[in-house]
Amino acid sequence: MADGNGRPAMAGQDMGREVLLEVRGLKKYFPINAGILFQREVGAIKAVDGLDFFIYKGETLGLVGESGCGKSTTGRTILQLYRPTAGSVIFEGVELTTLKGSELRHMRRRMQMIFQDPYASLNPRMTVGRIIGEPLEVHKVARGKELIKRVQELLELVGLNSYFINRYPHEFSGGQRQRIGVARALALNPSFIVADEPISALDVSIQAQVVNLLQDLQKDLGLTYLFIAHDLSMVRHICDRVAVMYLGKIVELAESEELYTNPLQPYTQALLSAVPVPDPVVEKKRQRIILKGDVPSPANPPKGCNFCTRCPVAMDICFETEPPFVEVSPGHWAACHRLI
Amino acid sequence: MSGFLEAVKGVALRIADAIVRALGGTSMVKYIIRRVLAGIPVLLAITFAAFALIRAVPGGPFDFVGTKQRDERAVAALEQQFGLDKPLLIQFFNYVVNLLRGNFGPSLSRTNLGTPVSEIIAMKLPISMQVGIMAVMLGFGLGIPLGVLAAVYHNSLIDYTATFFAVLGRSIPSIVLGPVLILIFAVKLQWLPVAFWGSEPGVWIPPLNVLFSWRYISHAIMPVFTLGTGMSAGIARLTRASLLQVMRDDYIRTARAKGLPERTVIYLHALKNALIPVATIVGPLLAAVLTGTFVIELIFAIPGLGDTFVKSVSERDYNLLVGVTILYSAFLILGNILVDIMYTWLDPRIRYD
Repeated sequence: MADGNGRPAMAGQDMGREVLLEVRGLKKYFPINAGILFQREVGAIKAVDGLDFFIYKGETLGLVGESGCGKSTTGRTILQLYRPTAGSVIFEGVELTTLKGSELRHMRRRMQMIFQDPYASLNPRMTVGRIIGEPLEVHKVARGKELIKRVQELLELVGLNSYFINRYPHEFSGGQRQRIGVARALALNPSFIVADEPISALDVSIQAQVVNLLQDLQKDLGLTYLFIAHDLSMVRHICDRVAVMYLGKIVELAESEELYTNPLQPYTQALLSAVPVPDPVVEKKRQRIILKGDVPSPANPPKGCNFCTRCPVAMDICFETEPPFVEVSPGHWAACHRLI
Repeated sequence: MSGFLEAVKGVALRIADAIVRALGGTSMVKYIIRRVLAGIPVLLAITFAAFALIRAVPGGPFDFVGTKQRDERAVAALEQQFGLDKPLLIQFFNYVVNLLRGNFGPSLSRTNLGTPVSEIIAMKLPISMQVGIMAVMLGFGLGIPLGVLAAVYHNSLIDYTATFFAVLGRSIPSIVLGPVLILIFAVKLQWLPVAFWGSEPGVWIPPLNVLFSWRYISHAIMPVFTLGTGMSAGIARLTRASLLQVMRDDYIRTARAKGLPERTVIYLHALKNALIPVATIVGPLLAAVLTGTFVIELIFAIPGLGDTFVKSVSERDYNLLVGVTILYSAFLILGNILVDIMYTWLDPRIRYD
């Protein structure tokens, strides 16, 4: 039970597969400051509150959950765009949380991010060529003619015309801009990409194009994705395994088919009951579980299980102690007192 | 001979082509020409307003000799001589006709009676422009770095210090700062001359040795500092606010995710975008300081245009007042066109066609 670096493997890892990324006890708290003259910390937004999971090389792990549950923060914290409050992130055998400055910048060649908003995430003052080529220049991968050639290749790789190189982002449509964002992320040949809701800002017809592009690229380049989304049917389509987040914690994680056919945790059940079924007979019988109330504030989560305030099947223990995240069946984890 | 002319024509065409390209193509040149043409009716309206308003003010340029009332017949004779007895619209028509010939008319003040206004402006404007250009340079040279520092070290001691000086610079009027500087550096320490910039000959386009002489610089320091710090305070606050806004934008996160050094992120990605609102104030600011600032010129006894302008009001020097007003308006219009051209350079999304 040890990987190449002599660390004990996490429980439930398939020993036959290589683990690319391992996240242990990851926490990201944003401080709440108060005070007029002297700022002091009066509390914390617990955006990500103790995550344990791993991603196999070459797979797509989906991360779903409602708005504000900490999905994006998780993605950014893994890539060290936010420095974590606690926990460790081991990527390709390297502990990222203690890396600094140039060491961390060097690791950015291997891990990249596709951002949610293709309109805001490209610098409006730079040409497409500069946006995509800048990482190559900074990391001294290519320069001059070679750089231009590489940028043109990347543009063609994502299905854009190579003569777009001198245009500015505002001259493109949303789908094209997201392709530029993908090309940018791919420029340095990363092995791991966090796709932070890459399609939610696009209209449906374009969504399929971008998703197919991502899947093709994964096949051709052997990429590993952390796919953050809230479109459940899209996640089922693209992901090998899916993790469900609620209020800063992962409540259930399983192979996608297993999760969608056999959700164990009440929150997952409620979430999945909202997905329409494209079969009128089944759709008629679909019972929606309507959750009452609002998500509690991440600054002040409930004492026991985070979901206890809205759970339709909550028991006394749920209000007292936090349920452990356990492997219920092989490869299927969930956090719920009902399952123990 | 014709071969030589051909060559000259070729060179001229190539230069013209280069200028057009530097301005951003033919559509840009067309835009600039349109903007300049559109400025003409504005200028005409301003001229008429100034022309009519100053004549509506009681009293006239010839009412007094020193402190004594001038004889009525003498006033009438002078008015006839300078055409002030005619109806307003006729006067205005004559003025505009002269203006088209490049003639701003004669000065009507007692001391300069009959001197062409254009001559007075040609004498005074360069002095004001020198102070103005140096002050603008100081304003931006000090304001932008200060604003960047404050934004980069947001909510730190550096930020508070920079913001403190920005508020200080903004709230101390030059009418206070000027005399205080004079008191300290000229009267007590005697490092710098009290006033009288331009009392030395050769201030207007001075030969290099005069421009860089200590005498020239020593005269410039205090007025330029007084004028420039007030400006830099506003520019610093604007830069800080704009940069803070831009630093929160998504593409800054993208730049960080690329693995760029923080310096590149701030100076290459953020600052260029943040300077767009700062560029907006360049035009009006230039126009305002180039034509002279009355207070500064009064405090430091600089014989500039601002001083002349204010005197022209009390002396009812109709022609001088309207002349300076036209000049100021033209600067303002051109300044704003300049800002619009700068936009196309700063932001590729802005295109005029």
